Amino acid sequence: MTNATGTAQNASGRTMIKLEGLGKQYPKEPKPAVDNLTLEIPEGEIVILVGPSGCGKTTTMKMINRIIEPTSGRIILDGEDVTKADPDQLRRKIGYVIQQIGLFPHMTIAENIATVPKLLGWDGKRIDARIDELLQTVSMAPETYRNRYPKQLSGGQRQRVGVARALSGDPAVMLMDEPFGAIDPITRDRLQNEFLRLQAQVRKTIVFVTHDIDEAIKMGDRIAILQEGSRIAQYDTPEQILTAPADDFVADFIGRGASLKRLNLSRVRDTQLSQWPTVQLGDDHSTVLEALRSSDKGFALVLDEQRRPRRWVSAPDLQRGEGRALDQIGLPPEAIVEPQATLNDALNELITANYSVAIVVNAEGAYQGIVDIDSINEAIRTMRTDARARARVGLDVDEPEQVGR
Amino acid sequence: MTQTEGESGAPDLATAPAAAMAPVRRERRTLGSYLFMPTFLALVLIGLYLYVQSQELDSIEQRSLNASNVGKAIWEHVQLAAVSTFFVILIAVPLGVFLTRPFTRSFRGVLLTIANIGQAVPTIGVFALFAVAFLFLGFPAAIVGLVAYAVLPVLRNTMVGLEQVDENILEAGRGMGISKFGVLTRIELPLAVPIILAGVRTALIINVGAATLAAYINAGGLGRILIAGLSTNRLTVQIVGAVLTAVLALLIDYLAGIAEDVLRPKGL
Repeated sequence: MTNATGTAQNASGRTMIKLEGLGKQYPKEPKPAVDNLTLEIPEGEIVILVGPSGCGKTTTMKMINRIIEPTSGRIILDGEDVTKADPDQLRRKIGYVIQQIGLFPHMTIAENIATVPKLLGWDGKRIDARIDELLQTVSMAPETYRNRYPKQLSGGQRQRVGVARALSGDPAVMLMDEPFGAIDPITRDRLQNEFLRLQAQVRKTIVFVTHDIDEAIKMGDRIAILQEGSRIAQYDTPEQILTAPADDFVADFIGRGASLKRLNLSRVRDTQLSQWPTVQLGDDHSTVLEALRSSDKGFALVLDEQRRPRRWVSAPDLQRGEGRALDQIGLPPEAIVEPQATLNDALNELITANYSVAIVVNAEGAYQGIVDIDSINEAIRTMRTDARARARVGLDVDEPEQVGR
Repeated sequence: MTQTEGESGAPDLATAPAAAMAPVRRERRTLGSYLFMPTFLALVLIGLYLYVQSQELDSIEQRSLNASNVGKAIWEHVQLAAVSTFFVILIAVPLGVFLTRPFTRSFRGVLLTIANIGQAVPTIGVFALFAVAFLFLGFPAAIVGLVAYAVLPVLRNTMVGLEQVDENILEAGRGMGISKFGVLTRIELPLAVPIILAGVRTALIINVGAATLAAYINAGGLGRILIAGLSTNRLTVQIVGAVLTAVLALLIDYLAGIAEDVLRPKGL
């Protein structure tokens, strides 16, 4: 378990951003907004600053690119002290995404994305290539969107352009201030997943501010839970924070249902899938009955030539639909998830679906297996045992430090 | 017909600036609405020409109402309005930028009060003051008076235009490493252009109206014809002066409206 000093124990070991005794005291305020914060942010990870309103998390983040100037302490970026460096030069090396995104409304999408490359003095050809590359990265067709204006885009598209713009100068570090905060829940979920997929490719060092612990758990490689004055209550991996909260403040902040939240940490691909009887679309009814009889499930899944799920059928369906093709009887498949979905997604889907199961398909839509309530139970049990074991080991190691506190 | 034109022309001088204070934002115009105003103004001018042709003009009227004199008056009037508006922009836009920077907060109020006084004092009073107290007459004096009168709408609109730019857009710009000056010239000012232009249009209309008074300090313009008509008690001359001033004001307002449409940044 790491602790209140905010030192990181990451795998690669390289620290990208180091905040040393960072503080911000506004004039005429009794208490500092950020009080002597020391934090190491490892290279290539998403570090989430999370905490209640007014805890100083946004102020902390904005001091890294010096939108807010610190009143004490030092900022070390990639081994270089940037506390007194030229802020404009510094900011061109740091991607910046804010909640309201702040696209320039009088510039096209291409011009918005080109802002930092132009400041960096890239030549026109390189900038054009970069714009197209980035638009593709955020799944927006360049030829369609390059010359549009921000007001012609939906909220989700604007957010994507915001991310593309922040990535344009290929910065090693990105700062994101509640980037998905102003987006409806469904789009937010999709954008979060897209962003994680993107991060797996680009491996930026990301400081991400949110007040939503669920978002923190989902997005973070590491979470810093902050109290008033940006004091670190706990700085650790999501698993450890959920399993072994450092104190009552952290436990309170996580709230009830830590076990359910842990479902956000496991992916469908990591769990044992159940197998249900399957039949081909062209099969005749006797084959289906045979398949149903040799299983205890009661329903068979009808797949087409590409092994995509088409229909659920049961024995009564076969009787009622005597002589009809398999895709004319039974019920359409619902609750289809991909392997990278979290168990929480799968659980949400299967609760509302027929037969209380979620069908797992790969990226091409081909059937992989089934998640049912038993697989989720099993996953929770395993996680709990693992996490307890890890926490015990961690506590043993940290024991002297705990006494010292 | 002619009588009503004369009547509607004269009050226009007084009401035009006041009406222009609240510029109406026109949404996308159709071709028809683009053509309406020039057609209307052309008809008014044709009507005026036929009316004058139908009158027996005496020598006093002939001296005022010949092509070269009327043309010269119109040209003087356009010059008065254009030059004064040019200086208004030159003074008010930079001043507006200056007064919206954070470090000028302490004396912002004082300068705005001065600009307010400029607008509150009647133009004719300013002209009289220049003429009587300083013997300052002619074109330069008229320009100074007109500028003092029309600075406020442009200054105010520049400030409002800059202040209404979304704080988050500016933060995004600064956060990307655009310099303060770059943010001003590439983000703030372009985004403020529609509102600044509305102010410029207001100033232009004020100046077209107020330039009529410049004739009293010997600075020329259409006011010269109007005043000649009043002092010699010739109704035809009065009508020509009034109608031409109104037509010119409406025409310039129409052109300024087109300029607004063209210069507004795309994407807004």
